[in-house]
Order: sequence, then structure tokens, then C-alpha cells
Amino acid sequence: MTSEEAIVTELTNKFHVLDGKTQVRRPRRIFSEVAYADFRPILDFAKDKLGFNYLNMITGLDEGDNLALYYHLSKNNAITLNIKTFVTKNNPVVKTVTDVFPSADVAERELVDLLGFKVEGLAAGSRYPLTDDWPVGEFPLRKDWKMKGEV
Amino acid sequence: MSGPEDFKIPLGPQHPALKEPESFSIALKGEKILGVDIRLGYNHRGIEKACESKSYLQAVYLIERICGICSHTHSTCFVQGVEELAGLQVPKRATYIRMIIGELERVHSHLLWLGVAGHEIGFDTLLMYSWRDREVVMDILAMVTGNRVNYGINAIGGVRRDISQEQIKDILAALKTLRERTLYYIEIASKETTIIERLSGVGILLPADAIKLNAVGPTARASGVDIDIRRDDPYAAYSEVEFKVITDNHNDVYGRTVVRMKELLESYNIIEQALAKLPEGPIAVRAPRKVPAGEVLSRYEAPRGEDLHYIKANGTEFPERVKVRAPTLANVQAVKKMLEDRYLADLPIVVAAIDPCFSCTDRLIEVKDLDQGETKILDWQKLQQLSIKYNQQRGLDFTAAGKRLQRLMEK
Repeated sequence: MTSEEAIVTELTNKFHVLDGKTQVRRPRRIFSEVAYADFRPILDFAKDKLGFNYLNMITGLDEGDNLALYYHLSKNNAITLNIKTFVTKNNPVVKTVTDVFPSADVAERELVDLLGFKVEGLAAGSRYPLTDDWPVGEFPLRKDWKMKGEV
Repeated sequence: MSGPEDFKIPLGPQHPALKEPESFSIALKGEKILGVDIRLGYNHRGIEKACESKSYLQAVYLIERICGICSHTHSTCFVQGVEELAGLQVPKRATYIRMIIGELERVHSHLLWLGVAGHEIGFDTLLMYSWRDREVVMDILAMVTGNRVNYGINAIGGVRRDISQEQIKDILAALKTLRERTLYYIEIASKETTIIERLSGVGILLPADAIKLNAVGPTARASGVDIDIRRDDPYAAYSEVEFKVITDNHNDVYGRTVVRMKELLESYNIIEQALAKLPEGPIAVRAPRKVPAGEVLSRYEAPRGEDLHYIKANGTEFPERVKVRAPTLANVQAVKKMLEDRYLADLPIVVAAIDPCFSCTDRLIEVKDLDQGETKILDWQKLQQLSIKYNQQRGLDFTAAGKRLQRLMEK
């Protein structure tokens, strides 16, 4: 069994919701999908028990009725665990992960600005990356957002 | 109402010193920094959104322009992701050429950094010499790719230009010069007491903090964190060459200097090995216009650390989503930690020591003196002069070191 498969086994043994939702797509790339309600214990387990101590990136996606998130974690800088989760576009509220990964700060601000997520628990601070006078309610990475005015 | 001491000098939007805009707000107690708030985003150009309306081929050129220094980093990271999605077998020769250009890019970037670091501490002779030497590698990049920056060498499925036997000879000759110069800079860095005293103990980042804050690249490696995508998650042809991942345990700006200088020697080794066993054969395969639906995470060890691209394809010729995380963003939290409880005069070199690329660094510095209740806005040049003057008063003056370097170079 490869290290990647061993990780998948540990994950699925601990969290049955990951059964059939976690695959090794190629060496060093594990992809997983989970409902947001089940997400946080899996993130904590991956960090504390499986050694995924780097949160390399958070990707936000507009998937129609849902806004999705990928938390890209890595272990020993080699194996990446990419956990996908999602919330509804009507109520895109997620909790911050900066308590366990302080590096998520900028990534979460980006989710707020570009896709309109609401991140609970994110410390007060300057926005990123849009300008201070950016119009309220305009989220450029949403699929229905179109460039206005002259380019 | 503002008092006479409470003044602001607005500067910008064009950048006066380092060529990229962002903004620091620094809370001070006397000379000591209590906390830093960093405002980024001045260079947000909507490239991720723009990629969604470009074909994959067009996106390569757009992505290459994310950064002027590590353009090959981004284009390689993107094309290798698209190639994985499309199931393309890239010819070996192309992966070697990508690796060679990638290492030449690291060489020019690290030499550029050495000059900037010299400038920030008032050692401008070092800036002049390292940037002169950098021209050697810039000429090589221009010869091989046709461009000094934004090389345009990558295509989906391979590379656009081959390397000829004559070019190999020129590259090897250039490497000989560069190695000689680098060894000399390493000697300067290890023996010159002014450099050692100015950089040691400045911008401390302990190993536990580097990991906790997810620092990457030379910033992490100089805190003893042994990570390098080239070895840990190999791409291009890195699994076929031998090289050392340089780490250092100084945990400070001095360590970051040592790491970058030694990495230069490893880059020369990698390029020489790659040129010696450059496989024969084609340099590209034909790529389809439409990319099958799927998603991929592509990683690359940029000069500043891990570059990361997530690409989602929807079966058309346009990407569904492209997400980029450049290494500087990963090191921002580490910079805040490095500055905590440090002197204001150390700020320019500490920020420069992560080799920031905010598609680059600062426009204005807001300084709040909590004792006086003042807020001042300093531009980078003023802060830099303050830093140099402050350290000169402490006896850290590079005039003598500059003269020695000049004498040695003239020999």
C-alpha cells in the first residue's frame, strides 16, 4: 500500500462520510469531497493526526447554486490532500480556519472579496485584494459577474 | 484636528524605490515595532477571471505576465497542469529545456535579490557588482529564448525553441564566470564582518514559527525547514538530476542570504547536468484546443518558494477556473512575525529578505508612534535612509567594505 492509500484508509476509517469520496488521482495527489457540516473535524484530523501541517492554498469556486471551496493541504511538502466542501450561494457562510492555520488569513479575505463568502471569526483587518472603494455586492469571480464600463 | 507634528506625505501611485506597491501600517513604541498591518492588492489585475474567457493557449501568455521576475515559473506551473489534464506526454527534451530555463531564472532572481539586499543596507557596491554579474545570465536567457524577461518558451505540450550545440557552449562558459563570481560573493558574505553584523539576528523566524505560519522557499529553508518542491514533488526533469536542498539554521536575514548564495551553486550544477544529458528528440507534441473536464493541482519551486496553480477544465477550450497562489503571499504572515518587537531601522532589509514579489513591494509606510500619538507616512526611500543612518551610528557602515570589494574586483 502506498503512503497515499494509507492516508485514504485512515481518513475513511475515521470518517465514513468520506467513503467513495476520496481518491488518489495520481502519486502525491489525494482529492476528497465532503459536506461543510462534516468538514472541520476532517481538517483538524488531517493536521493533528496525519501530519498535513501546511495549508498551501484555498480555492473558491462558483458552481451555480453552491459556492465551493478547496482546502489544499500538504504533508512533508510532498503529498497534497485537497478537500472540497461547499455552501449554498444564498448563505455562503464558513468559519475561519486561521485558528489552526494562521496563513489562511489572506486566502480567506480573498474568498470574501472575490466570491462573496462570509467568513466568521476572521480577524478585523484590511481587505484583499480589491480596492477600498469597490462597490458592495460585486464579486468578480462569480460566473454571472461581467466587467462593466470600458476595458 | 491635526497638530503640527502630525503630518502625512502621500507618495505614489508610482513607486519610488522598490517597483511594486503595497502598504504597511506599523505601530511603534519608540524605535520598537509593536505590530504590522500589511495591505496588499494594489496590483490585482483580475488575471484569474480573465483566464476564464481566454483559450488555454492565450492563458499561457497571460499567466506568464503575472510576474516579470518569475514568468517562467508561472507559465511552467500552468502548462504542466494543463498537460496533465489533457493527458499529454511531453517529450523529455522539452522537460529538460524547461528545467534549464527555470534554473537560469532562479539565478537571475537570486542575483537580483543580492543586489537589492545590498542596497537596502547601504552596501551599494554589492548592488552594482551583483547586477553587473546578473547581466551574464540575462544575456544567456535572451540568447536561448529571445527575451530577457517573459521568455515565451513554454507551449502546452512542450517548448517553442530548441537549444543548439553552440548555445550549450555559451551557457557553459557563462556558468563558469557565474560560479566564480558566486564563490566570491559567498566568501564576502562569510568573511565580511560588516555584513555578518548587519544581517545576523535580524528578522528572526524560528523553525517552529516558519512551519506554523506555512513559510515557503528560501525563507523557510533559512529557518531549517527542509522543503523544496523540486525534490519533494518533482516536475519537469528534476527527478533525473542530483542536487542538494540548501538549508541553514541561522533563522535570520543572514541565513536567508547564505541559502540563496548556495542555491546559486546548486542551480549551476543542475544546468550543467541537464546540458550534459539533454535527451535527443522532439521538443513538443501537438496539444488539443479542448481540454477534457477535470481538475489538477500543479506545483513549482519558484525562486521565492512554492508556486501553486489549481486548474479546473470543463471540456471546452476555455478553463472553468484558474487559481494561482504565488510564494510571496505564503510568506506575508512570516514577515509580520519577523518584525515583531524589532527596530524600525530593520524593516527594509527584513521585508527585502523574503524577496517579496507583490508584483512587488511598497508604496508607503504608515508609522504610528503610540507614545506621541503621531501618525507619519514615510516612503520606502526615507525609511531606507533612516535605516542606513541608524546603523551607521551603530558602526555598521559599508563604505570600507565597498572599497575593499571594488579593489578586489579590479585585480
